[in-house]
Amino acid sequence: MQLLNLYNCLSTYLVIGALLFAFGVYGMVARRTVIGMLISSEFILAAASTNFMAFNRFLAPDPAIGQIFTLFIMAIAAAEAAIAISIMIAVYRNYKSIETDDLVDLQG
Amino acid sequence: MQALVCQPADAPALFSAEGMVGIVFLLTVALVVAGAAIAVSARRLVRAVSGLAICFTGLAGVYYFLLSPFLAMMQMLIYVGAVSILIAFGIMMATPEEQQTADRKQRGLLAGPLAFSVAALIFAALTVLGLKTEWQVFPRQGSFDIKAVGLSLLTSHGFVFELISIVLLLAIIGALVLAQRGRN
Repeated sequence: MQLLNLYNCLSTYLVIGALLFAFGVYGMVARRTVIGMLISSEFILAAASTNFMAFNRFLAPDPAIGQIFTLFIMAIAAAEAAIAISIMIAVYRNYKSIETDDLVDLQG
Repeated sequence: MQALVCQPADAPALFSAEGMVGIVFLLTVALVVAGAAIAVSARRLVRAVSGLAICFTGLAGVYYFLLSPFLAMMQMLIYVGAVSILIAFGIMMATPEEQQTADRKQRGLLAGPLAFSVAALIFAALTVLGLKTEWQVFPRQGSFDIKAVGLSLLTSHGFVFELISIVLLLAIIGALVLAQRGRN
């Protein structure tokens, strides 16, 4: 029953990371609101953290480094979410909308 | 398929402790995939944020399986507890409810299938890359426990630690300034 040993294999985690990255890219292209794109960007960051943690668990000589790197990615993601939400609130005050189709003032 | 790195390599029996762990792992992965699918495909943004929280809860379980309970806890605290709630607040403050469903019908014809095919191509390419590469396993020197993480944070990675706190401080100040500008 090789299916039950998946949690001990590096490839499983790489596939999970690739899947999260693909979901993030799909959301970035298909979403039509800025908040939806922010949610998708969180998936892309989570995919990167998953890959770091997987290589940390299976390949790296010192397993503390990958955990620290993932911790830094989490801090960057939190800062990015805070800045993005405040920009969205400022945009919403000016445009009364957060749909990407409405924010086209610079379009020629 | 000689490139698979499995430690340990032998599969456990179904009705053993390790077999139960394997079943729990499959459930965790299902949680991750279901949450991500909800988050990118739900019409309403509130449901998308709920999918984000579900996916990140599953991802905390995945981190637990990667031998790092500390990062599983931080994932629950930072992502599920802070980032998802922050995005939910943003939705409440910046989205009129009636506008969400108003112009959903004129969705671009090319955006859906084109985005899906691009994402599927990226997923296939990354999966093949991950499965076919000959990964080199280095001999383990350190340990996984939280004491080693704390020691590295304060000694060899001390500079990055200070840098990340400055980034967080600037993000707080910047968010306050940005959100306050234009208020009446």
